Amino acid sequence: MSALTVRDLHVERGGRAVVRGLSFAARPGELLALMGASGSGKTSVLRAVAGLERFTAGAIEMSGFSRGPGALPRGAALRELHARVGMVFQFHNLFAHLSAAHNVWLAPVHVRGTGREEAERSARRLLHELGVGARADARPHELSGGEAQRVAIARALAMEPPLLLLDEPTASLDRERRAELARTVRGLVSGGRTIVAATHDGDFVRACADRVLLLEEGRIVREGPAGTLAEAGGQGSE
Amino acid sequence: MRRPLVLAAIVCGVLSARAVAQDAGVLRFGGDAEGGAPFMEADPRDPSRVVGFEVDVAALLAAGLGRTPRFVQVGFVTLDPAVERGDFDIGLSGLEDLPGRRARLAVTVPYYEFREVLTVRQSDAARLTSLETLRGRRVATLGATLAADILERARQDHGVVPVIYEDDVHPYTDLAIGRVDAVLLDAVLAERGVSRNPGLLNQPSNLGVGHYVGTLAPANTALRDRIDDLLRAAMKDGRLEAIFRKWRMWNGDQPRLYARVLAAESGPDASGSRDPDPRTGLDQTAAPGGREPALAATMRYLPALLRAAVITLLLSCVSMALAVATGIAIATGRVYGGRTLAAGLTAWVELVRGTPLLLQLFVLYFGLESFVQLPAVAAAVLGLGLNYGAYESEIYRGALQAVAPGQLEAARTLGFSDWQALRLVRGPQALKLALAPMTNDFVALLKDSSLVSMITVVELTKQTSILAANIGSWFLPGLLCAAMYLAMSLPLARLARRLERRLGPGAPA
Repeated sequence: MSALTVRDLHVERGGRAVVRGLSFAARPGELLALMGASGSGKTSVLRAVAGLERFTAGAIEMSGFSRGPGALPRGAALRELHARVGMVFQFHNLFAHLSAAHNVWLAPVHVRGTGREEAERSARRLLHELGVGARADARPHELSGGEAQRVAIARALAMEPPLLLLDEPTASLDRERRAELARTVRGLVSGGRTIVAATHDGDFVRACADRVLLLEEGRIVREGPAGTLAEAGGQGSE
Repeated sequence: MRRPLVLAAIVCGVLSARAVAQDAGVLRFGGDAEGGAPFMEADPRDPSRVVGFEVDVAALLAAGLGRTPRFVQVGFVTLDPAVERGDFDIGLSGLEDLPGRRARLAVTVPYYEFREVLTVRQSDAARLTSLETLRGRRVATLGATLAADILERARQDHGVVPVIYEDDVHPYTDLAIGRVDAVLLDAVLAERGVSRNPGLLNQPSNLGVGHYVGTLAPANTALRDRIDDLLRAAMKDGRLEAIFRKWRMWNGDQPRLYARVLAAESGPDASGSRDPDPRTGLDQTAAPGGREPALAATMRYLPALLRAAVITLLLSCVSMALAVATGIAIATGRVYGGRTLAAGLTAWVELVRGTPLLLQLFVLYFGLESFVQLPAVAAAVLGLGLNYGAYESEIYRGALQAVAPGQLEAARTLGFSDWQALRLVRGPQALKLALAPMTNDFVALLKDSSLVSMITVVELTKQTSILAANIGSWFLPGLLCAAMYLAMSLPLARLARRLERRLGPGAPA
């Protein structure tokens, strides 16, 4: 059984087709990398899976929840969806008015109804595990790119989604931080979590991805193990 | 050396030009046609003309001076400062002979005597017969009048609650519908009030005596003396009597007044002494005592000013709370609501922003009185709150839309509903953006709250203008009033800065 199945996905933006009939599946405990040049449609795929983007045709399924074309999910459907998938944005999108820890415990308290103290304890533990425990009380503008990225991952993980989407996770990091992040992400995958990452970063893919889908103009043009495709996908991006 | 000379020449030129303009065969008389008959009103047959006993008095004086009368429309409450600065030659508009007015202006001999009359509803005629019987009750009058002074004393002596109006029509309509329990005003206004409002009656007791006078700029004593002579001549030869008979105002009090005025003329003070009482020969039983030094009078009014400042502050706080609540509701509706709701709310905002606050206050208080009789304070809070709510909504709408879309997407991927995202993410971030313009609006509201005096709420500015009218100067009261407004608005600005700092610099750009 797949953690995520995408069938014949079509996404349009401003009347232009940005994803054209794309199908793939991610297995549980797998890190699947979507690679390709800017505009190839990889972020649009992630956004469609995360329920941020409408799609015009196709279907998306994840552990017993499926979506077709049409309006974005709301209410109970939105909660169902996000019990299964979390997303980490390229520019983190941490809540600017809250501390790192508060960013992490806000959703467990208000969406899942976890007690405030318990949620805060878990948040601090999670931040500690991701190596940013010392920055728990810092505001987002006080964090470096790498720290913000880890806090954003902790925020998504706090909701314990079996599937995690990462959009350009290494874009704002230097070489050393990228290696650190790769180790962290690998650790998550070995813990049984499924990750789909849209990235340009060949090193990151080599370090932690299992499989690569190479996208071009909204279609999958190649598919294979990370070792063979990391170079092709990373071309021209670094 | 040369420049001061040139300057002096220019000043002299301007002054002499002004003197010529004032003396060019025209007698400009200032009045408020809103006062209505019998004082002055637009001629029903030719609304470009005014008619009334004051117009006839002006014609009489102009004829005596060999000039042509020309009417200058001025709001009643600004007649005194307007004549002082030379907007017209003489004020004739049912102006009462008050100590403050005498201290500030050149005042003519009185030409009409009136009694202060208590008007009540017919159903109350047996029990509300005097000020003593009105303890704890609301009694209406017109601001800056002898009646207002009498009521102020009655507030101290008998616990009467004075309600100050800016006009002499609404006290009677409000009495008829039960907003106030009595009206104290001069007999001319009282007769008119009763004739227009069935169900009211004038009590027979006389609560004070006052007089109508003409007012001139303080430096204009030469013209005033000529006018005094003309008035005395008209008293002697019956022309004034003819005017008051024409307007059905003649009564037995007038011949006695004229006799006293004419007797004073031939007395020892006819030489031109400006001491008012010997000149007029009046027995001002009801008028407050002689002129009080400005500082002493200001100190005497200080508790009333402080009380009024508290009213201003409370009124502003409650109105602002209402403005914030309606502003949030409107902004949220416009950002999240459907097209119809958004269009309706936009129309509301444009309606409120596009019409004067004063008009809105009038509509709420006077315009709706046949449907709902709002107490003045409620109408004031509603008017200020709804008006500022429209402005607030635009601030909040802008602030909500300025929150980065990525913040909302992040909230969505965590499973927050729209309402939770608004409450937990978008709202708090928008608040920081809105804080500075909100503080601005609060300070503006604090000052705009002075408009509610037009619907009888006595707040700081109104209390100051009452004090200024009483002592005949705006200088000290104005300074004191400004200091009180600053004392209220400066801490607000400080509080806003502290809040902004507390919310931190991390809000989105």
